[in-house]
Amino acid sequence: MGKKVYMDNAATTQTKQEVINEMIKYFNEMYGNPSSIYDLGRTSKRAINKARTSVAKFINADEDEIYFTSGGTESDNWALKGVANANKSKGNHIITSKIEHHAILHTCEYLEKQGYEVTYLDVDENGVVNIEQLKESIKDNTILITIMFANNEIGTIQPIKEIGKIAKEKGILFHTDAVQAVGGLRIDVKDLNIDLLSMSAHKINGPKGIGALYVKKGTKLDNFMHGGAQESKKRAGTESVQNIVGFGKAVEILEENFDEHIEKITKLRDRLIKGIKDNIADIKLNGHPVNRLANNVNFSFNYIEGESLLLYLDMEGISASSGSACTSGSLDPSHVLMAIGLKHEIAHGSLRLTLSDSNTEEEVDYVVQKLVDVVNRLRVISPLKG
Amino acid sequence: MYTEKVMEHFRNPRNVGEIKDADGIGMVGNAKCGDIMKIYMKINNGIIDDVKFQTFGCGSAIASSSMATELIKGKSVDEAVELTNKAVVEALGGLPKVKVHCSVLAEQAVKSALYDYAQKNNLVVKGLEDFNPDEDVHEH
Ligand SMILES: Cc1ncc(COP(=O)(O)O)c(C=O)c1O
Ligand SMILES: [Zn+2]
Repeated sequence: MGKKVYMDNAATTQTKQEVINEMIKYFNEMYGNPSSIYDLGRTSKRAINKARTSVAKFINADEDEIYFTSGGTESDNWALKGVANANKSKGNHIITSKIEHHAILHTCEYLEKQGYEVTYLDVDENGVVNIEQLKESIKDNTILITIMFANNEIGTIQPIKEIGKIAKEKGILFHTDAVQAVGGLRIDVKDLNIDLLSMSAHKINGPKGIGALYVKKGTKLDNFMHGGAQESKKRAGTESVQNIVGFGKAVEILEENFDEHIEKITKLRDRLIKGIKDNIADIKLNGHPVNRLANNVNFSFNYIEGESLLLYLDMEGISASSGSACTSGSLDPSHVLMAIGLKHEIAHGSLRLTLSDSNTEEEVDYVVQKLVDVVNRLRVISPLKG
Repeated sequence: MYTEKVMEHFRNPRNVGEIKDADGIGMVGNAKCGDIMKIYMKINNGIIDDVKFQTFGCGSAIASSSMATELIKGKSVDEAVELTNKAVVEALGGLPKVKVHCSVLAEQAVKSALYDYAQKNNLVVKGLEDFNPDEDVHEH
């Protein structure tokens, strides 16, 4: 008892101590408004620009292509609404996928109400978007393709380079929600032909409530937040200096030992997948077997329901997540699990475990051991296990 | 979000299992909604001597089944028919609003098992005249 294992890093991550140490200064002595002309203000401005450089470098963008926002949700909203509004004269058709985060899907639904037309692409059983369908969906009035880089539930990585190429050939803007991808993959926006990209700091050991939108130079995009002249007059509001500094620091730490970081997490992930497969019957790994995020494990356990599973795991000190209806607050299980073709009862019995580089092999083994017990207990209670 | 009583029943569910030679069996809910409850009863001289359940569902579904079986064990068939979902919710010290359907399911599972018992024994049970075992009671 008393053991705590956090394996819900796709939900959020622990803010690294080095990140906090940097941030604290901007609450204490360096509290100036970056728009102010005196030294205290300029100090804050410099800190923001340093962070901007780090974030830009990380995805091979230029500094003036990075705009800080309040997080992934705002970046997604801004990209979609901003492109839709600014390109009205060109057309009103948007292409996305059925497995996007709600920050994209609900924004698309909103745009549909405003008169835009949205195509929601299917995915295959591994969660990969149908490229043929994408090509066929493109019309003269298509103004935007928005496909997530990697999925938050099942970890599947999309063929972003291929999509970027298609978008470029057709002269259509391409946005990608890379909120989950930035911590797990090297991203080069130039090489991938990405016009807009959303990021969020709290998924990479940075603070919550801060993110960025990368906007390629020359992209037609309306403003989302109107007000002061911050962020080159593109995103109004006094900058969250300490959060921006924290975001920058988190990116720098990630960049510094990216390969080791990915290697370590991948090893833990594969150990976890193997442990579960070797010890529990009647299960299914959800998401792509190979092209998946280094930190993502998602299994369905037949005959049992996800919320019960989470609650029993919580009693063992394990934090995880599920795509069951009972945890989503709605009648249906996760739209992602339905889109990959899972039957309802299988989707209800899903468990997502997402790792960080603070997890250990010992923790992985502990989770496997507890999972065996908990799944057995719930199967004994289940009427479905004949 | 759950009361201590709910968690206690969830942690240690009472009356889990099957009764091989049950006198009445009821199964309600569906996989689509994520909750299925099956209740088995052993009934002698109109008294529920034994009751067991199996549930596929969330924490409150398991706790509701456990509580429902506890509330009717040793009771007469006529008393058990009167078990309401409200009584289950109250005994659990409350359920979150979105989980009240689980208690409805527990009530229906009990009624369904009693209905099965009545059918098999050609009995008319007061309170079950209008009961339809196939009705989808799973509103959210
Ligand atoms: C793929 C994806 N997009 C967007 C978001 C929203 O990001 P934020 O929490 O920073 O608003 C998340 C976080 O849950 C996500 O996983
Ligand atoms: Zn339900």
